[in-house]
Amino acid sequence: MNINDPNFLPWLIPVGPLLAFLIITLITNRSKSVLATSAEYGDHNHPGYPGLKVPVVSDLGRVASIVVGLSGIIAAWLISLNVVGYVGGFEHHFGEEVFGSSVPWLATGTTSFNMGVLVDPLTTIMLIMVPLACTMIFIYSIGYMAHDPRQARFFALISLFAGAMLTLVVADNLLLLFVGWEIMGVCSYLLIGFWYEKESAYKAAIKAFTTTRVADVVMLLGIAYLYSETGTLSFRDILYNAEVLNHLATTPAIVFGGISAAGLIGVFLVIGTIGKSAQFPLHVWLPDAMEGPTPVSAMIHAAAMVSAGIYAIIRMYPLLAAGGHPHDGDLTSPLTLMAIVGAFTALFAATIAVAQNDVKKVLAYSTISQLGFMMAALGIGAYIAAAFHLITHAFFKALLFMASGSVIHGMEHGAHHVHEHAHGDDDHGHDEHAAHDAHAHDDHGHDDHDVHGEAHAEPHFDPQDMMNMGGLRKTMPVTFYTFLIGGLSLAGFPLLTAGFWSKDEILADAYLGLTHGYGPHALVFVCLAVAAFLTAFYTMRQLGLTFWGEPRTEEAAHANLGQGVVSVTMTLPLIILAFFAIFAGFVGVPSDFPILGSIFSPEHNPFHHFVGATLLPEMQSASPPFNIVPVLTSFVVALGGLGLGYMMYWRKPLVAGEPDPVIAILGDGLYTTLKNKYYFDELYTAIFIKPSQWFSRVVVSEFIDKGVIDTILHLIARLFVWTGDLIKVLNLWLIDGVGDGIPRAIGAFGVWFRRIQTGRAQQYLLFIAIAAILIGIIFAVSAGILQAGG
Amino acid sequence: MDTSALSLITVVLFLPVVGLIVLLFMREEQAENIKWTAFGFSIATFIASLLLWIGFDNSEPGLQMVQRLDFLPTFGISYYVGIDGLSLLLVILTTFIMPLAILSSFRAHVLHERGRVKLYFMFMLLLEWAMIGVFVAQDLFIFYVFWEVTLVPMYFLIGIWGAEQRVYAAVKFFLYTMAGSILMLLAILYVGTAAGTFAVPEIIAGVNAGTLVFPFSGLLSLDPVSVQSFLFLGFLIAFAIKVPIWPLHSWLPDAHVQAPTAGSVILAGVLLKMGTYGIVRFCLPLFPEASVAWAPYVALLAVIGIIYGAWVSYAQTDVKKLVAYSSVSHLGFVVLGIFALNAAGIQGGILQMVNHGISTGGLFLLVGMLYERRHTKALDAFGGIWKALPLYGAISLIVTLSSMGLPGLNGFVGEFTILLGSFGSEVLGFFFTLFATLGVILAAVYMLYMFQKVYMGELDKEENKNLEPLHWQEIAVMIPILIAIFWIGLQPAPFFSTMDASVNKVVRDVEVYFPENADTVALSMGEK
Repeated sequence: MNINDPNFLPWLIPVGPLLAFLIITLITNRSKSVLATSAEYGDHNHPGYPGLKVPVVSDLGRVASIVVGLSGIIAAWLISLNVVGYVGGFEHHFGEEVFGSSVPWLATGTTSFNMGVLVDPLTTIMLIMVPLACTMIFIYSIGYMAHDPRQARFFALISLFAGAMLTLVVADNLLLLFVGWEIMGVCSYLLIGFWYEKESAYKAAIKAFTTTRVADVVMLLGIAYLYSETGTLSFRDILYNAEVLNHLATTPAIVFGGISAAGLIGVFLVIGTIGKSAQFPLHVWLPDAMEGPTPVSAMIHAAAMVSAGIYAIIRMYPLLAAGGHPHDGDLTSPLTLMAIVGAFTALFAATIAVAQNDVKKVLAYSTISQLGFMMAALGIGAYIAAAFHLITHAFFKALLFMASGSVIHGMEHGAHHVHEHAHGDDDHGHDEHAAHDAHAHDDHGHDDHDVHGEAHAEPHFDPQDMMNMGGLRKTMPVTFYTFLIGGLSLAGFPLLTAGFWSKDEILADAYLGLTHGYGPHALVFVCLAVAAFLTAFYTMRQLGLTFWGEPRTEEAAHANLGQGVVSVTMTLPLIILAFFAIFAGFVGVPSDFPILGSIFSPEHNPFHHFVGATLLPEMQSASPPFNIVPVLTSFVVALGGLGLGYMMYWRKPLVAGEPDPVIAILGDGLYTTLKNKYYFDELYTAIFIKPSQWFSRVVVSEFIDKGVIDTILHLIARLFVWTGDLIKVLNLWLIDGVGDGIPRAIGAFGVWFRRIQTGRAQQYLLFIAIAAILIGIIFAVSAGILQAGG
Repeated sequence: MDTSALSLITVVLFLPVVGLIVLLFMREEQAENIKWTAFGFSIATFIASLLLWIGFDNSEPGLQMVQRLDFLPTFGISYYVGIDGLSLLLVILTTFIMPLAILSSFRAHVLHERGRVKLYFMFMLLLEWAMIGVFVAQDLFIFYVFWEVTLVPMYFLIGIWGAEQRVYAAVKFFLYTMAGSILMLLAILYVGTAAGTFAVPEIIAGVNAGTLVFPFSGLLSLDPVSVQSFLFLGFLIAFAIKVPIWPLHSWLPDAHVQAPTAGSVILAGVLLKMGTYGIVRFCLPLFPEASVAWAPYVALLAVIGIIYGAWVSYAQTDVKKLVAYSSVSHLGFVVLGIFALNAAGIQGGILQMVNHGISTGGLFLLVGMLYERRHTKALDAFGGIWKALPLYGAISLIVTLSSMGLPGLNGFVGEFTILLGSFGSEVLGFFFTLFATLGVILAAVYMLYMFQKVYMGELDKEENKNLEPLHWQEIAVMIPILIAIFWIGLQPAPFFSTMDASVNKVVRDVEVYFPENADTVALSMGEK
């Protein structure tokens, strides 16, 4: 096959990372003979390995794993760029015409199932974003994971993760998409639980996996339904086929009368996304997922997993919208569900983010909120705006996560510094430190150096708590400026940042519906506007608490990234992503936007024009005409939120020991509620987890299984024994009295039989063997006779 | 076709017996030789069974490589063996699992403690013979003999080399399955007498042609003429105990937990499939009307089993018991697929039998390795094992994920096909599928719970810190399992194509009795 054939090329995109996973798994496995002791790894001893003799990967293997992992993702990136390059050759037909190929995979009955790849405009934009963001994350990981003994496993897993994501992106059918989707689920399980010694880590991992699994299974149900209705899962056969879509939209659903088959399938698929993209009420797993190493957070929250959820429903949008006309206010059931869930989640998560003090948790809730924006946008039919926000969000959120990782790394560095000075030559302190690490180490493998100086009074210094930070701009300038750019983009700082343009487009679409008086559009507009205001506010709060003012702790005063490879690999990706966090927005400037429109979009909105072609012509919609109201709204909420944050956290920066000013504004009760995330974890534990554990142990296992079923069985057995006894008694009375001859004969046989039946298993076996031989001989002889005869 | 010539099937079937005879003449002291001889014969059987696959014609729905010799012609009983798409994969599964089970026993401490090495391996080969016999027998009587013979070696394997409560478990296993078999024996005798032959293909041909009628008039009609329901149940109950279908499962956890590792592997890997295989082979084609009528009820029990098994698994504190109960859940899926009564469901069901044999067999092997090192199976005794034994942890992870049905691994393909089958089923409604998927969620819950308890967490128990690394034999046992897991997961087409023709034939024969086809049946019967 021609390697340059664009129809074949997409197959190769996921191959690099997948191969990297395989190679790392195999090579590092072979070098697993090295024994790690705390002495060997010196002060970079992994928290989980204090003085323990266990096999780990050799240094050479670890370096090899980095090289292989990086080569894999870079290969994927280059091939993706190459594929994207072919798109130019299609001129204006791209979208109607796509490229890709497929091979038969499974045949049941008369149907055969094909697996293949497909590149259309939607895939193209994902192919621009995903490998780029992944490569940055890989580079960043080199520094971040530099001192972790399980570095090889880390690179193997993120390679698999990236491979699964790319598989999902290039898949031409829902089943292959689901395969990538689930493998990512497993990778996220393993990566969130990467430091599996920690209870919080493995609990978070299990929570993430099971929560998303609930949704995934519903999605699987949708896939099965779709297949049983259409006999195919291929995107080309379903989404590019008006006839099939029409059939699905007019067939009534098998249950829940009143909605169409397309509607019910759509609802199932949307529920899948609600789990994967952490929407209410299945959002609970995502904040806990922060237990993983920070590059994993960037991977899960930006480049891959949560984007996959949104990508999947953008992909399936023609099906979800089949039978409805969202631009005329006629929403189908899945669209309505998305609009409501998305709008609510956007607002709901933004309120929680306001009261979080953990630098990564703020970002986690902001992710949930921003995914709500996309979900809501899709719900009101703003297909392109959702795709646009997906891309810009991926860039600035990956940036923010990695920058926050740098902050945490810097804080740990500072903590280490403080620790060295406090207990530089205290051997006793070191020992105690090691023991302390084993139990209460923080979640950063490369840095197990809790602050020993504070260990007595305050057993666990939290390097992620923003209350411990402040003034970091002085020691970590690159991190500060890139974090600032990412933050402003997230807040939608007008005109300059990518976040502004994508968010503005969602609001413009919603406002257009609002002017026509459509309820869902109005809901989305109001919720998102308020959420955008809160976003700008909590971003400013985060920036202020972290970087502005004076350091609130000794550790913060000494926070920095140090020198060398770690520092370079951890800042370079930030700078590159900061570029995209600003400029990625200019591909989607509406052409009728004053001044800027004529600069960036002289003919038409490039992004809109390009991605819009993915849909069938009758589903495509024009960009909403320029309207000053949504633009002004975007300006007001972004600047208003930023301004309020500035007033509260920058003009008068928080000093050590001072309470967070937001408490005074919200009041204690509301603040505590928000800080505890509306108590959803507690609620779910109380209504789902505890009862099902109780039900499983007490009712099903103890009562039914051991109690009822086995008791009945034992009763039956007892009954037989009693009957046997009864017959024995009857035997003595009656039969013995009737005649002695027969029983005596039986008795004699019994004696003879007992001699055979000595209970020696060997003899049984001998008999069976003899029987088998006899049977064999009979067969052989009779076969011979038969053949001779015939 | 000359059906008396020596068929490859007979070779596959009797190779273990030859091994058994060879072992008979070896002395107990030559333990190493005995082990390797047994292993050699099981490998030879495996290779021979692969030849079966190579020589197999995928497009032929009927029996292949048939051998038939008169045995008791007066009663219409013959030695009649053959394979088709329904049995080929299960024969290979049997010959695939057996060498692994035998190899995994080499270092088992029970064997050193309790001795009788020769006897142990003779039982293994005897068991292999009987299990292959069950899958290749095409004569009801011969089938029954093989079916019963499997009980004997397993009874002794549990009773002699089992754990503390081995006697209770062995007796329970024996009596429970025996009780079910009696009903089947009665049904077999009735069918054989009515048909004048015990040869299954001939009976099925008679049923399809309408020359052999088992009258059917309702689920449990008391009309003495309508025997079909009772015959169906006679077979079904015997199979249901073996599978086991809820609520007839209570022998299984005891037998699994008390059996030595190899015994559990064979139980889970092959013996349970004799039940599900029996349903596809006998219940559906012999009693199609009753099958259609009973399908929703059996499927309901299957769905209850799926959820129930998962739920009970989650409550276990013993690793082996947890895995044992998971079988109830997994086999529920298989039964659900079969009683969807369509091609996707049955093919998914058969593939899932194979998958379950591989994954659960693999899990039992892994649990056994842990047991060899720590002499306990309590979940609480472990924690952080991944760190102590990284390779072991990684292998366990893959097998666990395969058992959970992760896409890309074998379990998913079977599960997904079964879901497609039950979704598209004419006899089952949407809610069967809905509740079955609940089992998929719960599978993740209890499997991850097990994985967390054993492999994750701090390596804080002294006993676990210096575990012996995997022996090469242990790695060698797991490699074929891993290969099978990935092969079926990534490229299932060859497996589906072997069963396609035969499954479609079964479906076609049953389909005519679907409610919406009933009128046409009545019409065509009237014309006759």
